[in-house]
Amino acid sequence: MITVSNLVKKFGDFIAVDNISFDVKKGEIFAFLGPNGAGKSTTIKMLTTLLHPTSGSVDINGHDPVRHQHEVRQSFGIVFQDPSLDDELTAYENMYFHAVLYKAAGAGVKQRIHELLDFVELWDKRDVLVKNFSGGMKRRLEIARSFLHHPKIIFLDEPTIGLDPQTRNSMWSYIRELNQREQTTVFFTTHYMEEAERVAQRIAVIDHGKIIARGTAEELKRQTNTANLEDAFLQLTGRAMREEEASGADRLRGAFMRRRGGTR
Amino acid sequence: MSTIYIMWLRQVKRYLRSRSRIIGALGQPILYLLALGYGLGQVFARAGQGNYMEFLVPGVIGMSVLFTSMFNGVEMIWDRQFGFLKETMVAPVSRFNIMLGRVLGGATVATFQGLIVFILSFGVGFRMPMSHPAGYVLSGVFFMFLMALFFTALGTGIASLLTDFQGFQLIMSFVVMPTYFLSGAIFPLDHLPSLMSYITRIDPLTYGVDGLRGSLILSNHFSLGLDFLIMAALCLLMLSVGSYLFSQIEV
Ligand SMILES: Nc1ncnc2c1ncn2[C@@H]1O[C@H](COP(=O)(O)OP(=O)(O)OP(=O)(O)O)[C@@H](O)[C@H]1O
Ligand SMILES: [Mg+2]
Repeated sequence: MITVSNLVKKFGDFIAVDNISFDVKKGEIFAFLGPNGAGKSTTIKMLTTLLHPTSGSVDINGHDPVRHQHEVRQSFGIVFQDPSLDDELTAYENMYFHAVLYKAAGAGVKQRIHELLDFVELWDKRDVLVKNFSGGMKRRLEIARSFLHHPKIIFLDEPTIGLDPQTRNSMWSYIRELNQREQTTVFFTTHYMEEAERVAQRIAVIDHGKIIARGTAEELKRQTNTANLEDAFLQLTGRAMREEEASGADRLRGAFMRRRGGTR
Repeated sequence: MSTIYIMWLRQVKRYLRSRSRIIGALGQPILYLLALGYGLGQVFARAGQGNYMEFLVPGVIGMSVLFTSMFNGVEMIWDRQFGFLKETMVAPVSRFNIMLGRVLGGATVATFQGLIVFILSFGVGFRMPMSHPAGYVLSGVFFMFLMALFFTALGTGIASLLTDFQGFQLIMSFVVMPTYFLSGAIFPLDHLPSLMSYITRIDPLTYGVDGLRGSLILSNHFSLGLDFLIMAALCLLMLSVGSYLFSQIEV
């Protein structure tokens, strides 16, 4: 469903993604783990047509994100790491606009929106402007929206940041249910290791732009001789904290998010 | 088609929901009408140029359209910072349609803002010098829309090149303000020093405001036909350039 070979992304001299290769099978739940600044979001942006790779090739549902953007965009749904809702619209409008953009606004769309909003427990708030939502509510809405058009692949870039344990749990059970029922392939990143350990069927660990380990949670634990995935992760990536160089825009956004009570 | 419509609808809804912005954006034109209209009216009449309020109203409508449309276009930087742009960038629809819907929405809003100023101007003594004004008003609204389209597309094009707010003030100082003051919106175009006369002729707003004057007070420097041709050509050009820049955005 996803095949990546020798993918590279450079920003000037800086190599954010350094010659990575992996594949994700249809219907699989795949976790992409790594410390801050490892290159996870950059990889997702290349897979989802938002950034052009410096070199290497990508195949998403049989299409190349560089040459066949349209087909690729039809294949996936995405929850970005940063918010991507329109604050001046209501929850329902955000869903409906998405349906129109994805040509999914035919008969049955109201039913679908109702079902999804119900699931993330926002149906009662459907006519509230998103700017009045809490961070967690926004996140739930984004998750519901990403499933709206029945995508074959779903990319979730830290979908659970800022969510309480209740919501995180029900979110993953919903994602697993959809994964079972609609055979949706799930590609996600997270910094919660126990979440990855519980949900992911396979894991790749990326650090400094390179994939340094891959396998099931069991395999990674065995390989590092540790008891849980968090320890395995620390063992693999070291204990030093990462100095992430944020671009001007990122810093600005970061400051903004912190002021709002922060979801990072 | 549905993409264009939904992006248009979004801009319009956002506008209608921000009452404070609508009202805030009316303060400036009213101030200009009062201060310049009443302040310079005497001088203008003594110089044998006629009724200054009549002359000024189309100019101030033009200003209002200019400010609102540029702001609407440049507002895309906000979408880029706070996210919604990404949602549209990964949608399986043509970016040209997204950009077009967005620009049409912004232009609709700016035209509407111009209409409000037009209506308010009757409160400060503006009168149209013709007996059956309906057709002229329509032609005026059409020119407002052409200006709005051009400047929203320009704002969107510029915003496609910027990734943060730092450029915003620069655009205000070096694009919006000069466009307004060098357009003949507040002074007549005849008998200008030659450099000034040259500059006003390369300012797009000049032709929009001139078309507006031709429609609303039946007195303009060029002809309605020329104003229309130039504005229409500029709109096409700016939509092409703007949509090219928009299609190149990487998030
Ligand atoms: N547009 C850009 N220009 C320059 N450098 C960039 C750009 N985008 C990302 N980077 C850099 O590339 C590296 C990888 O960033 P990326 O966002 O992919 O990390 P990540 O793994 O998603 O981290 P996090 O867990 O913090 O989200 C970082 O060092 C980042 O500063
Ligand atoms: Mg990231």
